Amino acid sequence: MSAILQGAGAGAAAALSPFNSIDSNKLVAHSRSSLSVRSKRYIVAGSDEGTNKSFGSSSLIARRSQPLMIPNAVAATKADTASSSTPSKSGHELLLFEALQEGLEEEMDRDPHVCVMGEDVGHYGGSYKVTKGLADKFGDLRVLDTPICENAFTGMGIGAAMTGLRPVIEGMNMGFLLLAFNQISNNCGMLHYTSGGQFTIPVVIRGPGGVGRQLGAEHSQRLESYFQSIPGIQMVACSTPYNAKGLMKAAIRSENPVILFEHVLLYNLKESIPDEEYICNLEEAEMVRPGEHITILTYSRMRYHAMQAAKTLVNKGYDPEVIDIRSLKPFDLHTIGNSVKKTHRVLIVEECMRTGGIGASLTAAINENFHDYLDAPVMCLSSQDVPTPYAGTLEEWTVVQPAQIVTAVEQLCQ
Amino acid sequence: MALRLRSSTSKSNFLNILRYNNLGFGTASHAARHLRTHDPTLLRVSQNPISRFCNTMAEKLSSVGENEDANAQVMDFPGGKVAFTPEIQFISESSKERVPCYRVLDDNGQLITNSHFVQVSEEVAVKMYSDMVTLQIMDNIFYEAQRQGRLSFYATTIGEEAINIASAAALSPQDVIFPQYREPGVLLWRGFTLQEFANQCFGNKSDNGKGRQMPVHYGSNKLNYFTVSATIATQLPNAVGAAYSLKMDKKDACAVTYFGDGGSSEGDFHAALNFAAVMEAPVLFICRNNGWAISTPTSDQFRSDGLVVKGRAYGIRSIRVDGNDALAMYSAVHTAREMAISEERPILIEALTYRVGHHSTSDDSTRYRSADEIEWWNKARNPLSRFRTWIESSGWWSDEEESDLRSRVKKEMLEALRVAEKTEKPNLENMFSDVYDVPPLNLREQERQVRQTIKSHPQDYPSDVPL
Repeated sequence: MSAILQGAGAGAAAALSPFNSIDSNKLVAHSRSSLSVRSKRYIVAGSDEGTNKSFGSSSLIARRSQPLMIPNAVAATKADTASSSTPSKSGHELLLFEALQEGLEEEMDRDPHVCVMGEDVGHYGGSYKVTKGLADKFGDLRVLDTPICENAFTGMGIGAAMTGLRPVIEGMNMGFLLLAFNQISNNCGMLHYTSGGQFTIPVVIRGPGGVGRQLGAEHSQRLESYFQSIPGIQMVACSTPYNAKGLMKAAIRSENPVILFEHVLLYNLKESIPDEEYICNLEEAEMVRPGEHITILTYSRMRYHAMQAAKTLVNKGYDPEVIDIRSLKPFDLHTIGNSVKKTHRVLIVEECMRTGGIGASLTAAINENFHDYLDAPVMCLSSQDVPTPYAGTLEEWTVVQPAQIVTAVEQLCQ
Repeated sequence: MALRLRSSTSKSNFLNILRYNNLGFGTASHAARHLRTHDPTLLRVSQNPISRFCNTMAEKLSSVGENEDANAQVMDFPGGKVAFTPEIQFISESSKERVPCYRVLDDNGQLITNSHFVQVSEEVAVKMYSDMVTLQIMDNIFYEAQRQGRLSFYATTIGEEAINIASAAALSPQDVIFPQYREPGVLLWRGFTLQEFANQCFGNKSDNGKGRQMPVHYGSNKLNYFTVSATIATQLPNAVGAAYSLKMDKKDACAVTYFGDGGSSEGDFHAALNFAAVMEAPVLFICRNNGWAISTPTSDQFRSDGLVVKGRAYGIRSIRVDGNDALAMYSAVHTAREMAISEERPILIEALTYRVGHHSTSDDSTRYRSADEIEWWNKARNPLSRFRTWIESSGWWSDEEESDLRSRVKKEMLEALRVAEKTEKPNLENMFSDVYDVPPLNLREQERQVRQTIKSHPQDYPSDVPL
């Protein structure tokens, strides 16, 4: 069932993971089967040799007998809307923060070791209501209100994980997790390695980040830039209710420490998600809009700016391919690579600052791996290297706007 | 302002007063949260069985309003009742006398009259002493090995053997240990062999840690000893988390964490103590106050009366113990453990001792302290000699057994060193494994690149790391 292709020399095989293979005949997994090996140097990120060697979650699904698993959105539809393709017609509508809550609640029901800790997560329900109702249902030992010390409760979560719990640590705002950097970098990321594999740290660290509406410089940070270098952690960013729930569940089930980036302005997005249980693959990117002319790589809130720009671009006669990379560490170079090979032009749209952001790393990765396929230099649109101003109009201009995306695409596609 | 009283009960009165005076209590349960803290006898009558925050108003309110005497007025600020005083008084920064230190054996190893201590059986006492001797010999041999260039680095525990071994002896094997880096004695007590210590120090393929950490950064999942992380005091919040986990699972065990006087300055110390108190976590915080943080004496580290007084600031029961008195250490830890588990509370233990050795092999402490001082502590306050006097006077030890033990351990230690030195290092694959549960593609690619480089430049690659 899996399409296994052997690359030459250093190339690796591209195969559908067993988790994808359930419905692979129904879904058009675009480009995967049309891989042609042009260069010895290309790197393929994906599962190897048919056996799933990628991170915990997908192999977990393959082994257990789950109810109908709906694979993530590897859509072939040319729909303009930023929706994930869910084959199921039935479903229920909810907002993104409710989707996160639903995912969290389902995992807490499923596994008594899952617990939540953070500031105001208990009876208050969390500052963005992601943990609403959970303290009443599971008790305030499993949904723990902590005093204000991010380093301490992150450290607590790590210690609890080492003794068998699966904590979901909430940072009230991602920016506050800068205080927890020591624990995240030295203990969370490294202890599995330095202990020789004796101790696993299956924590999920989550919280809202990104530029909001006039929250001020300290509350508008993009922590993914700072955390991306830490060895041993995984980073994912959710952008729709569908992938929010799926990624939350996958992150909790993963044996690795996962940092789940949410965005302050996306919590009230509404979407209909399946009633059946599903999870999303932590290492896969999401095809939002397939296209032929240019690859637009983005994540989190910028996905929506990219899609808005896409509408304008379509009217102007362009056919952009928009990919929500979702997995910030490691990058899904398989999906990205296939896209680059098709379109030969890349535009990265991110909210991180110019220096040292996700876009900077992604640019380097694409140049390194897919240089032969590019017809134009990789372009990256990011925020300026300034603290986010409070003034609304200025703040708007620190964030990449659809108009800029349109201009950039026109420039690249000349 | 008009107070509309809904009923004549004092409870309603009070709620109304709160509401209309806008004292910040929106609901009864909100108020209850602030009122519950100070009184340790507060009965918890819970309406919702899973909720810890219950309405205690019914119990406490009956006493409110009874004190009509203006001089004895109290106010319910968030946190509980506070009496007022018209005199301006500052709490002194230090008490006239320092907190006394619990000890059972005097300087000469004689039992102090009327001392309270937990009785120790002959078997346990002999094992304790033997392990202290073993630790001392191990330290000396490893230290010398580093000086000879056979080991890259080492940090001794000289002078703190009693803290290590006696505390370990008082714990159960299920208690989870979060060490700083000067507590190998706890591992030794639990059965870590000299060979295993040597393997970790040499980073060979038999090491639990697969050769990834520097020497003395031991870890053993099997023995419930969390791998040493070099960062100071980060293990304290980890321990609180583990204690929380043990409490959730209702295990008959506690978390135990060690740190030094220097470590208590880190933010994590304060946060962890605060958290432990609020979470009511069964954790023992054992501070080895050995007088020095590398070259920083305690007078430059903090200005409080040591560590023991800090416990009260966080609402934690604390005790100061003579860390060089093995019996006192044993009793204190044993008692503290029982309290921590049965009462679900953290305990702070300050063990006063002295760091006889250098901070590590990268340090020469004679540069900042007098050699006389070191010598005095090594001779006059030696924890081994004090305990030895006691076990000998109990008829459990003799000179002959001493020399037997020492020669046996020395031989075993040298053999372990020799074997560890000769054992192969872990192979290159271990550089990339365990970063994640399964190596992702980027790491596999990076490993491929390293191997490619090695193939083209084999003479530049270390000869003792197998491929």
